[in-house]
Amino acid sequence: MQEVMPATGVFSLLWLLIALPLAGAAILLFSGRKTNKWGPYLGVFTVFVDAIIAIWMLIAMMGNSAEQRTFSQNEFSWMFAGNLKVDMAFQLDQLSMVFVLLITVVGTLIHIYSLGYMSHDPDKRKFFGYLNLFVAAMLLLVLANNYLLLYVGWEGVGLASFLLISFWQIKPTAAAAGKKAFIINRVGDVGLSLAIMVMFVTFGSVGFDEVFGSTSQASEGTLTAIGLLLLLAAAGKSAQFPLQAWLLDAMEGPTPVSALIHAATMVTAGVYLITRSNAIFDAAAWAATAVVVVGVITMFMGAIIGSAKDDIKKSLAGSTMSQIGYMVLAAGLGPVGYVFAIFHLLTHGVFKAGLFLGAGSVMHGMNDNVNMRRYGALRTAMMVTYATFIIGTLSIMGIPPFSGFWSKDSIIHAAFESNTLVGILTIIAAAITGFYMTRMAAMTFFGKARWEDGVHPHESPKVMTIPLIILAIGSTFMGIALLFWGNIETWLEPVTGFEEKHIAIPEWALITITLILVLAGAAYGWIQYARREVPLVAPRGNWLTRAARQDLYGDAVNNTLVVQPSFWLSRFLVWFDGSWIDGFVNGSAAFFGGLSARLRPYQSGFIRSYALSMVGGAVLVVLALVLVRLS
Amino acid sequence: MNPSNYVILSALLFGIGALGVLVRRNAIVVFMSVELMLNAANLAFVAFARMNGNLDGQVVAFFVMVVAAAEVVVGLAIIVQIFRSRRSASIDEPNLLKY
Repeated sequence: MQEVMPATGVFSLLWLLIALPLAGAAILLFSGRKTNKWGPYLGVFTVFVDAIIAIWMLIAMMGNSAEQRTFSQNEFSWMFAGNLKVDMAFQLDQLSMVFVLLITVVGTLIHIYSLGYMSHDPDKRKFFGYLNLFVAAMLLLVLANNYLLLYVGWEGVGLASFLLISFWQIKPTAAAAGKKAFIINRVGDVGLSLAIMVMFVTFGSVGFDEVFGSTSQASEGTLTAIGLLLLLAAAGKSAQFPLQAWLLDAMEGPTPVSALIHAATMVTAGVYLITRSNAIFDAAAWAATAVVVVGVITMFMGAIIGSAKDDIKKSLAGSTMSQIGYMVLAAGLGPVGYVFAIFHLLTHGVFKAGLFLGAGSVMHGMNDNVNMRRYGALRTAMMVTYATFIIGTLSIMGIPPFSGFWSKDSIIHAAFESNTLVGILTIIAAAITGFYMTRMAAMTFFGKARWEDGVHPHESPKVMTIPLIILAIGSTFMGIALLFWGNIETWLEPVTGFEEKHIAIPEWALITITLILVLAGAAYGWIQYARREVPLVAPRGNWLTRAARQDLYGDAVNNTLVVQPSFWLSRFLVWFDGSWIDGFVNGSAAFFGGLSARLRPYQSGFIRSYALSMVGGAVLVVLALVLVRLS
Repeated sequence: MNPSNYVILSALLFGIGALGVLVRRNAIVVFMSVELMLNAANLAFVAFARMNGNLDGQVVAFFVMVVAAAEVVVGLAIIVQIFRSRRSASIDEPNLLKY
């Protein structure tokens, strides 16, 4: 059991981690145009200081023994109503620590990159304000010590994501993509809020410690319900099936946003949620199985979409979906997988950020064209981008010794430990990864130049290439460093639990099979897209390609199952409102109006007729009295 | 003399007064008819008081007289004002207060 330490020393700065970028966002967003000049630097500065504090905390944390690495800081009592008591309290443990590092370090690099990428934008202070807001919300999400506070961060990153996807809201597609992301995320958020409510009803608390400490008191049905609701939440945020449709459209946002939010950090919040709630999923086998199924489906959907798209960012987005599918699948495997889900999340955060920023660098040199069919032969034009992109590609494909190899291989191994079928599926998905990443690299950097007229590709400025180089170094060495020097299993084990099972296939055979398949996929991609001429207009392709170009009909399905019925329902409700509700209200008004119009002439103004009616009334009253008497 | 005769007389007077209110046009005459009705009611009160052997009805008769006196003051003032503005005391003419 973990010992909870009071946050002293450097850990007393926990609140500052969140407060700094929040203050940066507030200053940038409220002070208007005049911050355009120095605002971006302020945005970079807050996140940079955060990164330094985070590294300092990591060093301090490593100095403690494994049981004494959980630090808690209670700021104030936030909500107090009946039995519900929620504190504004932060908790830093080994799991949050790695997330804080990922968010702040990758966040800093992407902020720096944005200085170059957004240098010509008239609203760049707003962009950096939103980025800071995102960092603050994401840190709140991972540092919260209860589900309700986590929910605040969860909504905060959703808001920042919405604002950043539709940052160029002049483009109708960007505005629509932002709304789409927000609405689909909302479906997931409903899952999280319901899960929190069920937790409160069952355990009487929403704090992590209280909930995880008393899972044995709840029935398995309740835990399964909570697990499935958490899975819904995770699916929304992490673009997992069936809530995956928003991520591809989210690429309408500026490329640094795609790198920071829609590849490295926010979309992994679902994996964090599942891993954090490991006590619940360990006790609810059905929910854990559902997590694996969702992960496998998304892993393949993402890979297939990534193989067919010609838009470099959308292809990368498909790959992100696929890789997060890996993580979700690993998290669903239970204690054999949690650690590796987080491991892959970290390496993926670094190499996918590098790939996205590389794609942004290519777009920067190609007049913001995203169509890979108009790229080609860029390896000589942009050397640094080319080299870093290739390193990222090798890493995501899982070629040793790049970091993706270690994390993906661990997941494949863990999958075989729990279920051979899932293991085989992960290997097949790895082969598809090899294909689509080779295709992307080949179409962009190799083959013949298919540039549009007037495009003169050039290398991006240093402020953009230096983050690329740092991320490429990370993509190369991080896997080895985390596995052999950082001992990620023992580091995370106190929080997530860890166990290893023996499997029949020896490790080297597994690695060899995986590598052969990945290389086969890569070779096919190379033959198709580097050795042959790439047509400028996409050929019709087979049915799978056509389906993948339509995002595997994700939009069509949503349209038929949700959007159209909603339209019908709303049309029915409008009709009902117009003809029945309004009909009743207007009808009664008309009835009384007509009645009074008929009664009005009796108000004639002639005093004697009033007198007559009075006398008549009096006579009637007397008659009634007499009749009552007589009877 | 039988007190019920007074009640009959009071009913007759009340009927005459009511008829006068309904059929006459001159405001003064209508007003007089109203007074006739009031006094018919007074007579009934007094007669009933006599029949019941207590003073309640007589006390009420005094109240009615006081109220009637006040009402005459207000009513006559209104009629005089109407006459001044319209040169007529007909109660059918001022009929503007209607729908």
